[in-house]
Amino acid sequence: MVAVKTFPMGGVHPPENKLTADSPIQVLDPPDEVSILLGQHIGAPAEPVVQKGDKVKVGTLIGEGKAFISANVHSTVSGTVKRVDEALDAAGFRKPAVVIAVEGDEWEDDIDRSPDLVTEITATPEEIIDRIKAAGIVGMGGAAFPTNVKYMVPEGKQVDTLVINGVECEPYLTADHRLMLEHTDEILVGIEVLRKALRVDRAVVGIELNKPDAIEAMTQGAERFPNIEVYGLKVQYPQGAEKQLIKAILDREVPGGKLPLDVGCVVNNVGTALAAYHEIQKNRPLIDRVVTVTGTSLSNRGNFLIRIGTPFARAIEAAGGMTDDVAKVIAGGPMMGKAVPDLSVPVTKGTSGILLLTKAEAEQRETVPCIRCSKCVEVCPVGLEPYLLEKLARVEYWEQSDEHDVLDCIECGSCTYICPSNRPLLDYIKVSKVKVHEMRRASTS
Amino acid sequence: MNELLIYSALSLGGVAAGFAVVLYVISQRFKVEEDPRIDEVTQMLPGINCGACGFAGCSGFAEALVEAADSGDVSGLSCPPGGSETMTQIGEYFGFEMGSTHKTIAVLRCGGSCSNAPAKTQYQGPPTCAIAHSLYVGINGCPHSCLRLGDCEIACPFDAIVMNSDSGLPEVIPELCTSCGACVRACPRDLFEIRPRGKGKAERRVWINCRNTQPGGVARKNCKVACIGCGKCVRVCNDIVQAISMQNNLAYIDPHKCIACGKCVPVCPTNAIVATFEPPKPKQAKKETADTQA
Repeated sequence: MVAVKTFPMGGVHPPENKLTADSPIQVLDPPDEVSILLGQHIGAPAEPVVQKGDKVKVGTLIGEGKAFISANVHSTVSGTVKRVDEALDAAGFRKPAVVIAVEGDEWEDDIDRSPDLVTEITATPEEIIDRIKAAGIVGMGGAAFPTNVKYMVPEGKQVDTLVINGVECEPYLTADHRLMLEHTDEILVGIEVLRKALRVDRAVVGIELNKPDAIEAMTQGAERFPNIEVYGLKVQYPQGAEKQLIKAILDREVPGGKLPLDVGCVVNNVGTALAAYHEIQKNRPLIDRVVTVTGTSLSNRGNFLIRIGTPFARAIEAAGGMTDDVAKVIAGGPMMGKAVPDLSVPVTKGTSGILLLTKAEAEQRETVPCIRCSKCVEVCPVGLEPYLLEKLARVEYWEQSDEHDVLDCIECGSCTYICPSNRPLLDYIKVSKVKVHEMRRASTS
Repeated sequence: MNELLIYSALSLGGVAAGFAVVLYVISQRFKVEEDPRIDEVTQMLPGINCGACGFAGCSGFAEALVEAADSGDVSGLSCPPGGSETMTQIGEYFGFEMGSTHKTIAVLRCGGSCSNAPAKTQYQGPPTCAIAHSLYVGINGCPHSCLRLGDCEIACPFDAIVMNSDSGLPEVIPELCTSCGACVRACPRDLFEIRPRGKGKAERRVWINCRNTQPGGVARKNCKVACIGCGKCVRVCNDIVQAISMQNNLAYIDPHKCIACGKCVPVCPTNAIVATFEPPKPKQAKKETADTQA
C-alpha cells in the first residue's frame, strides 16, 4: 500500500476530463513538411547549423544551443532543408525555424531503433550530462527548461533526492499516464540514468491517485530498482508544479525565489526520464514526443507520438479533424495552456497536449466586480493574494506588487479558475510579473 | 437647567480656546516658508497634472520652473498641453525670452483597420491591450498592429482619442489633443508618436502609417496597407529633402526634415503613407489624363 500524500496549501480540483486515458499511444507518420522552431525551450534560441538545400536525416543536428541556458535542436525527419527562416510559435509570433521538406524516413546510423530494453548504464555522470545537453533534452512537462542546466549543481549545494513527476494534474492530458503504462521499464531505466548523473541514492516518483494502473505498473516495475520509490498522491491541482510536488512527497518547502536545488532536490518529468533513456541507452536525441490530442468534438481523440515540428492541423486531422462547433484550440491543458491563433503552429518539445473546445465549452461568463470572498487566497498554492495583485496591476503599482511577492506566482491559474466573479486574475498577475522584472532590471543596471 | 447649559458652554468654550492657542503656536513655530511664485506659476499652468513635462504634476513643474528661473537657465522645460502660449506667459512673468516651441500632436502609426487587416481570431481575454499584447500576436496576425482594445482611449486625459467602431482603430481629435504623451506610454506596441502639427492652418503633415518590420510578403499577408519596405518613397524623397529613411523593412519620415509636399504618398504601392491633405496626383496619372485630353 502506498501512502497518500499531497501539498498542504491551496489547490483546486477541476473536472479531470481524462477522455483519452484508455487510448494507447498511436504513432503519427511524419507530415510532408515540418517547421522546427529553434527556440522551443526556455533560454536563448539555438543557432542554425544547416543551410537551405542541405540533406538531413532523423537525428541530424540542425540548431546548436550556444548560450548557457539553451538547447540543441535536431531534425525530426529526413529530407531537404527548404529554408532557414521563420515559423509561427504558439502565440502567433514569427520565430526562427528550420523548415524541412520530408523525403522518406531515414535515421542517423548510430541510433538504436530496436525495441530491446538496455538496462546496463555504462556512461559516467559527466558523460550523461554532456549527452543530455547534446541531445537537446528539455523538461517535457511543458515548461521546456533545458535539463542539463538542472544537473549542474553549484558547489556548496547538496542534492540527495531526484524527484520524478508523473502527476499530470492538468485536466484532459494523459500523455504521461500512457507513457508510464506503455514504457514503464524504459522510464525506470531513464530514472536510473538521471539518478546516476545526479549521484544520489534516492529517486521518488509522484503519481496522482486518478491513475491507479500507472501507479501499479510503476510500483511493480520499481521492485527491481531498490533506489526508486513510487508515491500515490491525492488528486489536487497544481500538484505537478515542482515546488508543490517536493512539498507533497518530501515535505520540504522551497522558499520564494529559491530553487529545488536549495532543498536538495532536482525535479524531472517522466517524459524527460524517457528522453534521457533514449539518448543515453539508445543514442536517440529528442525528436518526438507524446501529445494528447483531445476534446469532446474529436472522433479519434487519443495520445499520439508526434515528430516535433508537425503542424497542429495535421495532429488534429489524425484525431478526427476540425468540426464547425470548435471555437478554441489550446496548446497544453485547459489550466495553463495557451489558445493558439493559427493551426499551422508546430508541435514543440513542450507541447503536452492539443485541446479542442467547442463553443459551449469555451464560453466565458461575464466579469463582474470582486465580492471579497477570498476564495482566490484560499486556493493559491504559494500563499499570495491574487485579488490584491490584480488590483495593484490595474493601477500599475508595480513596487507594491513586488512587495506582495508577485514574482512567486507559479501561474497555475487556480485563482482565475475558482473566482465566482470570473475575474481575469492571472492575466493581470502575468503582466505584473513582466513589469516587476523590468523594474528590477532597470534598478540594478 | 440653566446652570447645566452655562457650565457646558463654558467648559467646551474653554477647551476650544485651549486648542486654538496650541494650534496657533504650532502653526507659527513650524511654519514652512514657500516661494509664493510657485503658487502663481501653478495658476498659469493648465492644471491637469498630466506629467508630460516630466515632473509630478503642475505644481512640481512650477517648482522646477522657479528653480530654473533663479539659476537663469529655463531651456529644456516645456509644457506640451499648454503649448507656446502658456510658456510665453510664464516667460513674461519671469522676464525671460522663451524659445518658441513647435506645436505637436499624437499620431497613430497603424492602418490595420477591420477592413484593411481583417480579424483572423477572436479574443476572449480581458479587454485591455496590455494583456492581449502579452498573450498573443493580435487579432489580425500582425505583431505590430493595433490591438483595437482602446488602452489609449482610456489613458487620454483630454478625451482626444476615440475608438472608431467601424475601423476598430483609435482616432486622434486634433482640436483636443495636447500631445501630453499619455497614449504613447499606454500603447504596448508603441504605435503613437508625437509629431509636429505641421505648418499652416491646414496642419499639413505626412507619416508612414505602419510599424511592421517584417519582410514585405509576410506583412502584406496580414494587412493590405502594411509598409513593405520597397523604398519607393525613399527614392522620391531623396530628390527633394531626404526626409525618409529605411530601417528593418520599414520607412520613417523625419518630421523635422519633411516639407509635407506629399509626393511620397501616391508612390506607395500599399497606401501605407497618409497625409492630412490631398496629396498631389502621381506623374503617370497626370500623363494619362493629358493623353485622354489630347
